[in-house]
Amino acid sequence: MAINGIGFELVFFATSLMVVISVVIALGLITPSNHTFLKSFSARNLTSISIVVLLSSILPQFYFLYNEKESFVRWGWVFLISVGLSVILWIIYNRTHFRTRRRVVENIVRGFLLFAAVLAVFITFAIAFSLIYEAVKFFQFVPIMDFLVGTRWSPSAVGDNGLGHFGAVPLFAGTFLITGIAMLIAIPAGLMSAIYLSCYANNRTRDVVKPLLELLAGIPTVVYGFFALVAISPLLQTLGQSVGLPIAAESALGVGIVMGFMIIPYVASLSDDMVSSVPKVLKEGSLALGATYSETIKQVIVPAAFPGIMASFLLAMSRAVGETMIVVMAAGYSARMTFNPLEAVTTVTVQIVSLLTGDQEFSSPKTLAAFALGLMLLLITLTLNMIAMRIVRHYREKYD
Amino acid sequence: MTKQLQLLRKRNRSETRFRLYGLWTIVVVLTLLGLMLVSIGIRGSSVFQKAFFHVEIEFAQKDIPYDPLHPQESLRKVNFRELIYNSIQHPDTLQRNHIQQLISPGAEIMLYNRVLKKPDMIGGKYFVWIQASDDVDYFLKHPEIKNKPALERRLSDAQMDYLSEQAAIGTLKRKFNWQFFTNGDSRSPELAGIKAALVGSFFTILVTLMLAFPLGIAAAVYIEEFAPRNRFVRFIELNINNLASVPSIVFGLLGLMVFINVMGMPRSSSIVGGLTLAMMIMPTIFIATRSALHTVPKTISRAAEALGASRVQVVFHHKVPLALPGILTGTILGVARALGESAALLMIGMVAFVVDAPTSPRDPATVLPVQIFNWARNPEQGFEDHTAAAIMVLLLFLMVMNVGAIYIRKKFEHRW
Repeated sequence: MAINGIGFELVFFATSLMVVISVVIALGLITPSNHTFLKSFSARNLTSISIVVLLSSILPQFYFLYNEKESFVRWGWVFLISVGLSVILWIIYNRTHFRTRRRVVENIVRGFLLFAAVLAVFITFAIAFSLIYEAVKFFQFVPIMDFLVGTRWSPSAVGDNGLGHFGAVPLFAGTFLITGIAMLIAIPAGLMSAIYLSCYANNRTRDVVKPLLELLAGIPTVVYGFFALVAISPLLQTLGQSVGLPIAAESALGVGIVMGFMIIPYVASLSDDMVSSVPKVLKEGSLALGATYSETIKQVIVPAAFPGIMASFLLAMSRAVGETMIVVMAAGYSARMTFNPLEAVTTVTVQIVSLLTGDQEFSSPKTLAAFALGLMLLLITLTLNMIAMRIVRHYREKYD
Repeated sequence: MTKQLQLLRKRNRSETRFRLYGLWTIVVVLTLLGLMLVSIGIRGSSVFQKAFFHVEIEFAQKDIPYDPLHPQESLRKVNFRELIYNSIQHPDTLQRNHIQQLISPGAEIMLYNRVLKKPDMIGGKYFVWIQASDDVDYFLKHPEIKNKPALERRLSDAQMDYLSEQAAIGTLKRKFNWQFFTNGDSRSPELAGIKAALVGSFFTILVTLMLAFPLGIAAAVYIEEFAPRNRFVRFIELNINNLASVPSIVFGLLGLMVFINVMGMPRSSSIVGGLTLAMMIMPTIFIATRSALHTVPKTISRAAEALGASRVQVVFHHKVPLALPGILTGTILGVARALGESAALLMIGMVAFVVDAPTSPRDPATVLPVQIFNWARNPEQGFEDHTAAAIMVLLLFLMVMNVGAIYIRKKFEHRW
């Protein structure tokens, strides 16, 4: 409980401090020098603003914590200390020279900005560290090779070493099967709509269709999951029955279709950028030689934009690999080694969720396995992303 | 000559074909999108309107042994179903039994909640709107089922006559189902509502915004305006760009590890959810801020510098205010993403079954998308409609935010 409380206060204190400083940055620096006592209380004064903001940022926290008496008292102390600090700052501030003041304030501002940037890096390190740390613990239970090349995944079963089977190959096979189906849908659809919008459509169509396509990317994935669960998968099952094909209720095909639908805008918007950044002279040269529009697109524009288009595929793929909700809701939970899209498969993300939801204790191999899977997932998506970024950068340099 | 003409015709045909493919793709994709939204709308809309009976119920003192010291325990023993049944007047006992079946099983819990809130009702007689069963609701929506053969419908002729009669005198009506917004989660679909999830979402987003907004902007301002061009800064830049592509479930793992395991914060609380989401959307805000700052022309800062402004003054008096529309747009889109996020929150245990709305960010909470997830995997039939209805509410929020973002962009955007 003690650690718990301290953690909270640190977080809340840091939050209020950050809100204060950011508002001070936004407003307080408009201050010209004003020396009269009353004017120093004016809204433009740095310190009075900081007190006001501190109060207003702490007060809601009182509301949040009102039902716990102890923390109320503790927060009273934090509050008093911050008010005291603000008053001291205010006195110092009003007694220093204008130039000194500006220098001091600017250094504080710069320090805060640097702190924010470093914090972003810290997040990356925290992700890497926590995943690697837990994964290493996991590999003390299960040899790393068993995890990477093992073909049997059943964490709850009891094997010869008293643990479940943690061979991750079926999970990756399932993930890539679903991703592959999704890409088969998203690549043609995304590319064709990008080409149509940037080469054929008039401005009015583009203004209507583009936001609608972007809407697809804005819909929460849980909605797609529900759609797959109640509409697409049952539909496929009935279709399969009518032609005598056994299609599982949680078939990879249904999940892949919906996921492909979801990543269309990721393919389309970046491909669109890439296609429209091909220099006009190339296109006009080809048209001047008598090629039709579609020939120009197929033989000039797409080859010229090819690296960029590839990058958009890779980015969309990294989305699909890391996608969770659709598969958790509509794909299977039991690992199966198959490439038949009509059967149910499971994915890395589904297994992470199923290992970590429900009752669990830290440092049991099942919990740790989720972190090892997370690490693999991170590595895959990062690699895809880095390659894509590099391609895009080279491509931009080529035509700029 | 004819050969060339043929070739030309072939080429033109393939041109038309290619163009049609493109058009087709867009039409198919948009149709699917429309289908998805319409199917959700159809399923969900039935939740917002429910049939209610207007009945006079006698809350007699002898039937309700209320104990002010233990209000819940004492009221739980009360047979509210009997109270409702007694209020239905019908000369024929058998018919009365059939009519009693038209009351929703959730009605008694509704009555219990009402008496719990207002104990001074006991001893009086009040008119109350009592929820009718789903069959009644269906009958009011489709009165034509009267003409179907008796075996194919779930209501008897007498029941339907009674319903028509009641509807004619206005004691049976379809009303807006406020319970969906004022109740927490429940095991029975008639009573389940999204209040707890909405409050949880509110707290979560509040924490997220308080952290990600200042931090994202500050980091972007530093990198774009103050940082020296060296290796360390390029490293930070690369880092943040990569963070934007990390799957959300990995952020959930991080939240689980850092905030719950190491810092010992309570599982399922909105503060942990907010912190996790803040890390997730900070890169979005960072990237939006950077590109917004980048579009502000150099002449502005040159002019400010010429008048003797310091670097900090140039940035915060001129560049940031001019970039603000872009920054706000990016922030709104980031928050919209956080509002729809569920995978990361599953990791930190926000799948809890939450009946009462949380009163602080430390309480166990759930958020709207996770509530949708929970209902979607609930096998009970009525929850499917509830899922769709909750999705409609979520999409409404997201739409408002996106429209707001577009409005800000259109209204305040500078074209340099």
